[in-house]
Order: sequence, then structure tokens, then C-alpha cells
Amino acid sequence: MIDVGKIRAQFPLLHQKVNGENLVYFDNGASTQKPQVVIDAIAQYYSNNNANIHRGVHYLSQKATDKFEETRDTVQAFINANKSCEIIFTKGTTDSINLVANGYRSMLNKGDDIIISEMEHHSNIVPWQMCCEVSGATLKVIPILDNGDLDMDAFENLLSEKTKLVAVTHISNALGTINPVEKLITLTHKVGAKILIDGAQATPHTLVDVQGLDVDFYCFSAHKMYGPTGVGVLYGKEALLNELPPYQGGGEMIKEVSFEKTTYADLPHKFEAGTPNIAGVIAFKAAMDFITDLGISTIAKHEDTLVQYATKQLLTISGMQFIGEAKKRAALVSFNIEGLHPYDIGVLLDKMGIAIRTGHHCAQPIMEHYKVSGTARMSFAIYNTKEEIDSCITAIKKAQTMLA
Amino acid sequence: MGTIVAIQAELVEEFDMFEDWMEKYEYIIDLGKSLPMIDDKHKIEDNLIKGCQSRVWLHADNDNGIITYTADSDAIITKGIVAILIRVLSKQKAAEIAKADLVFIDKIGLKEQLSQTRANGLLSMVKEMKLYALALKDR
Ligand SMILES: Cc1ncc(COP(=O)(O)O)c(C=O)c1O
Repeated sequence: MIDVGKIRAQFPLLHQKVNGENLVYFDNGASTQKPQVVIDAIAQYYSNNNANIHRGVHYLSQKATDKFEETRDTVQAFINANKSCEIIFTKGTTDSINLVANGYRSMLNKGDDIIISEMEHHSNIVPWQMCCEVSGATLKVIPILDNGDLDMDAFENLLSEKTKLVAVTHISNALGTINPVEKLITLTHKVGAKILIDGAQATPHTLVDVQGLDVDFYCFSAHKMYGPTGVGVLYGKEALLNELPPYQGGGEMIKEVSFEKTTYADLPHKFEAGTPNIAGVIAFKAAMDFITDLGISTIAKHEDTLVQYATKQLLTISGMQFIGEAKKRAALVSFNIEGLHPYDIGVLLDKMGIAIRTGHHCAQPIMEHYKVSGTARMSFAIYNTKEEIDSCITAIKKAQTMLA
Repeated sequence: MGTIVAIQAELVEEFDMFEDWMEKYEYIIDLGKSLPMIDDKHKIEDNLIKGCQSRVWLHADNDNGIITYTADSDAIITKGIVAILIRVLSKQKAAEIAKADLVFIDKIGLKEQLSQTRANGLLSMVKEMKLYALALKDR
């Protein structure tokens, strides 16, 4: 059993009043709060260690570089990558996906297919549309079933020798669906294509083993894992990253520069042009350590309990309609209440100190599928409690009375 | 019809009487539930202001430099605030609307509702109302 009280004590932000009420933070799918160890790591870095990395011969630069690379090693272990050079630091999931999609612009041609799914976040849709526009490749979309599961039969029908790349989310941010990534990967490899998994919603809640999965590219964001904003990871198999053209040009990513010809640095630096978010990357290690110390399965178990409890309690509200009832779901509940607009619910809950997400969750195609303008979403983290769910349910009922 | 300044002062006085946020929002919700404010024939894509959270339809009629606005929203709270904005700016002279300083928004504590992050279409709606007036005022 975990002691949630003790965990909450490590998150200074949680202990505040919003509009006169104790804050209830249920928007963890958008970004989690940060434990003191992460905040301290950032303060430590700027107080004692700030210097540019991979450049200076001086003490501070060396120390910062070591710490920066330590995080790379921690990420490697965290997702069980084969080599640390397969870990590219980016600004976030969006940046990671764009890095790959941009590279594929020159690797694809007319007649090639990219497959994504109907449940993707806009950041796993738009970069591929842009890639198709430039390369002439065709974008195909795996539909979802009404319960929120991927239509796997449809996926198998879309796959062909034309398929060059599949890009699908591990866990849907709008529905909570956990996709059968093992199966997606196996099927994709069968036709000789590569696969990118958007892990933004997965790494905070599930163990990810990139070698075990045999996934080609895997993307995620530190800020959804108790870490800082502006830091993300692109994992890619070494051979594939070597093939992929560089994304941005600049300092750090070169071997030699002349006006006739520039040669690029080796991995991972080839994809890390310019000064990165050094403080953020260093603090990200503290966030991963925080998760590892608690144990990701402990976190998942706690969140599952919250999802089940919330689902049960939400059912006591008249007109409750769940959006997304996939067989396997993680960490969030998405819903609408008959006759009420999610925005109105969100505004009134905010007045009662409760932060939920309302709107289309950057996944408009899903909203289109369910013919709704948006949903209300409660998404959980390790520090949330059943008592908070009770407060939220009471608040929703109060909002419902006010809006009726 | 009072001036824009006078109507704003009235609103501030009315809102001053509310004891807490609940009374205030109950009032806004009531406004939102009142009759449809826009003719269905104007509820078209062209008049739609898309927010990420809620949507607003805005239509303007010009009668000799006096502008009448009608509008609607899919969310009740947004609609209630739309009604308030219309009470302040509708049936006024274009020149007055164009130069109006909407100080009441802050004073009645609705600034958050008209902030960028809300993405509820209200901020764009105010801009559209003003642009329409601006285009007319010199004619
Ligand atoms: C499934 C999914 N993909 C991608 C993203 C984008 O992540 P970021 O904004 O950190 O780049 C998110 C964030 O909301 C997400 O939930």
C-alpha cells in the first residue's frame, strides 16, 4: 500500500486554495505537477552548475555535460534501449514526432503509404499530413470502434507493401484506450514497414520496454511524467536514426563545417542542434527516479483504482455518458452529461477549485467520431485520492443543478 | 437606450449585489437560457467564431450607422456573457462601439472568461463586433 499523504507532501503546488477551495488537480493528462526533488534539481543546476554543455573544457561545463549525459543513460535504462545514443533529447513529444516526420519527407515518394489512426492527438496527425504534402505519400487512417478500441481488422486491411510507416498512439489522451502496441508492431513489421509509437500518455503509467516491443521509434514528454516542460525524448533504433536526415542545422550537430560541405555529428548529437534545455534534462532524471522509486506498477495500480472508483461514482450522475469504454484503459475518464456543454461544467468546477480538462483534447477527429463538440476529462496521477473524486462528483452535481 | 458608458456602470452596480460566485454565475446562466438570441438563418458557418472550448455565432445588422448585434453560443455560460456584451454594445452608433473601452469586464470579474486561454470564442467575438463597427463608422 502506498501512503498517498506522504507522496502529496512532496508536491508543493498541490497545497493551495483555488477560488477559496482546496485545489483538486485532475488535469494530469495535460501535464503533471512536479515533486520537490525535480524543482530542487532545477534550482541546484542554476545555483551551482549552469554552463553550456559539450563545449567548454572548464569545470562547470564538464560537470553539466556529465549530468546531462547521466539523464540520457537513465532514459536508456527507463525504456530499456540498447544504447544511449538511441536517446535523442527534444522539446517534447510533438517535437520528437516532427523530427521523424520531417526526415521522412525526403525518404518517401508518391505511391508510399503512411498509416495513422483516428484517435491520434493532433501532434501525431499534422506532421504526417505535412510529410505527405511534400513527399507525395498517402495518409491512411485506422478507424476506431464505438467503444474506443482500434479497429484492428481495418488496420490489417490497410497494411500493404506500400506501407512505409505506421504512427499510432500507445494510450489515447481523449479516450484512455491502451492500444495493443505489440500486435501493431508485429503486423507492421510483417509488411516491412517501420512504426512510431506516440508514448506521451503511456510513459507516466506503464512500463515501456522498447527492445521487448521491437518498436522503431518511440516518443514521449517529460512534463507528463512529473518532469519539467520543454523536455522530450525520441527513441529510435540506431540504424534507423543513422538513416534519418538531420532535422535542424546548427551548432553541436556537426562534425565539420565548410561552405562546400558539412558533415554531421554522430548520434545522438546529429539531432540535437543548438543549446538544449540543460536544466530541464538534468531535472528529468529526478522525475524518472521518482517514478522508479515508487515503481511504475504501483503508480498504475493506484491510478486504476481511481479510474474504477471515478467511473462508479460518475454513474450516480443522471445523464452520464462515457466517451471511450475500451477494454483496456488507463488513468483517465472522459465523459459528457446529457444536455450540458462540457465547457459549462469546466467553468463551474473551476469555481469550486477543481481542475479538469474540457474541449476536444487536441483530438478533433475523435470528437467527430462521437459527434460531440468536446468532452470533460478527469485524468489521474499518483498523488490523487478518492476523497478528491468525491469532491469532484459533489461539484459536478452542484454544477448540474445550476445549469439545469 | 443608455450610452455604452452608462450601461457598463449599470452592469457593475448589478454585479456588485451578488454575494458570491454562485449568485453571479446563476445570473449568467439565466441570461444564457433566455430566448434564442439569433435568427436561425444567421446561424451559419460564415457567422461562426470557433473557439476550442465553445462556439459563438455573431450577426450584425446596420441601420443608418446604428448596429444591432445578435449572437448565440452552444455553451450556456458563454451565451450568458454574449448576452451581456450585446446589452452593452448593441443598438449603438458604430463610432461609439469602435471606440468603446469595455472596463466593466474587469470590474464584474469576468476577465478570465474573456482571456485568451479560455478559447471560448468570446475574445474573438468582441474583436469582431468592434471590427464591424470600425468598418462602418466612417461611412
Ligand atoms: C497522446 C499525446 N500525444 C502527443 C501529445 C503532445 O505532447 P507535447 O505537447 O508534450 O509535445 C500529447 C499531449 O497532450 C498527448 O496526449
